Amino acid sequence: MSGARPQDADGERDGALAGLAWALARDLRIALRTRSELAVIVAFYAVVVTLFPLATTPDRNTLLTLGPGVLWVSALLASLLSLPRLFAADFADGTLEQMALSPWPLPAIVSGKIAAHWLTTGLPVVLLAPLAALPYGLDGDAIGVLGASLALGTPILSLLGAIGAALTLGVRGAGGLLALLVLPLYVPVLIFGAGAVDAFRAGLGVDANLSLLGAGLIAAAVGAPFAAAAAVRIALD
Amino acid sequence: MANSWYRYASPASFHPVALRLAPVFALAAAILAIAGLYVGFVVAPTDATQGEAYRIIYVHVPTAWMAMFVYLVMAFWSALALGFNTRLSAMMAQALAPTGAIMAALALWTGAFWGRPTWGTYWAWDARMTSTLILLFLYFGVMALRGAIDDPRRADRACAILTLVGAVNVPIIYFSVRWWNTLHQGASVSLTAAPTMAKTMLAGMLLMTFAAWAWCIAAALWRVCAIVVERERGASWLAPDPALKGVT
Repeated sequence: MSGARPQDADGERDGALAGLAWALARDLRIALRTRSELAVIVAFYAVVVTLFPLATTPDRNTLLTLGPGVLWVSALLASLLSLPRLFAADFADGTLEQMALSPWPLPAIVSGKIAAHWLTTGLPVVLLAPLAALPYGLDGDAIGVLGASLALGTPILSLLGAIGAALTLGVRGAGGLLALLVLPLYVPVLIFGAGAVDAFRAGLGVDANLSLLGAGLIAAAVGAPFAAAAAVRIALD
Repeated sequence: MANSWYRYASPASFHPVALRLAPVFALAAAILAIAGLYVGFVVAPTDATQGEAYRIIYVHVPTAWMAMFVYLVMAFWSALALGFNTRLSAMMAQALAPTGAIMAALALWTGAFWGRPTWGTYWAWDARMTSTLILLFLYFGVMALRGAIDDPRRADRACAILTLVGAVNVPIIYFSVRWWNTLHQGASVSLTAAPTMAKTMLAGMLLMTFAAWAWCIAAALWRVCAIVVERERGASWLAPDPALKGVT
């Protein structure tokens, strides 16, 4: 299945980290050279956030209730929109196959790619969220909670989404299928993420929500790269 | 002993067995369903609080249980398919997905009809309803992924990974949804707080549960037979269909 790997354990550990770092640096460099694609995702987030008040009401109290959910659903959709970037181009030009054949473990390379994906598409959304939250009337502390929940939650979206993106490589109607596969898996992240802001506004503690998001992030970071790497290998067969 | 079981991992030896077992389970499902419906609709008393409307429980609860249970069985076969690379395990998982989706859809549908007279609404964003709906979406996802991939062996493994990721997520989704709902408001009517059931009600529900169980097994076995014939049509153990003679 895999290519030749360094034999001794130390070599493999170095190999895994080296593979992660290499994939991270490579994908970041590519992202920096295709900045306009990244700007599209951030702009998409801003536009979706703008649509909800137009579709409902400019009433301040309603928007205050809707706000956290809208900002989170928009983050989900932006993440979904950006997922094909993760593997599709590398799959199309054969780079992904070379990565699978390289001596580095594929889950490490996939981890690096996911990290780069979050830094280039998730992090901008996290940074934009406070600005997007202002028109919804959220105050400073609530925005802080929202930012924290997005900072913990959006990496989970990239990790889970990577599995869906890998499973739909080279598949008919990949875009719509990806949404069907990934969005149901996002449900817990959405509930805990938007719930953190709701809990804060209701005067309850946010520790439970943020702890659960953190636990989910750790579990996803450990498990998802292996599932995504297995899915990549299936796509390459 | 063990070898005789492994023998049935081969589609060629499993197919005739499944073809013979499926009608047995279908007959059992029919008998159990007739008995269960008789007990449920004729023998069982009218519920003190919900009147006659409660009788939909005899369809609703068995289908809801099967919707969850079939996903577990599907995950089990998917794990076997990935672990041992056995074709038949993947075919079983493939055969179970539509059955599970039907069960989830039936549970939601009957739940809506039950909710209308008792809760006054078809849909209440109750934790169980919402997680069953998401379970239905997961079934749709597995079936859609299967349909989008032409190579059946690749589809087997892709669907197996998706099923297992979903299986890890199902309990998380269930508890997150339950938590979300309790944050907002408690359900107005709770099943767990309902008065203890009369013995005949329980008997009717158990009969219907076994009927649903037998029906799922029969449907999955018939479907797996069709899948085996479809996928192994080039194999020599399948006698060529006389209708296809000369077609090559």
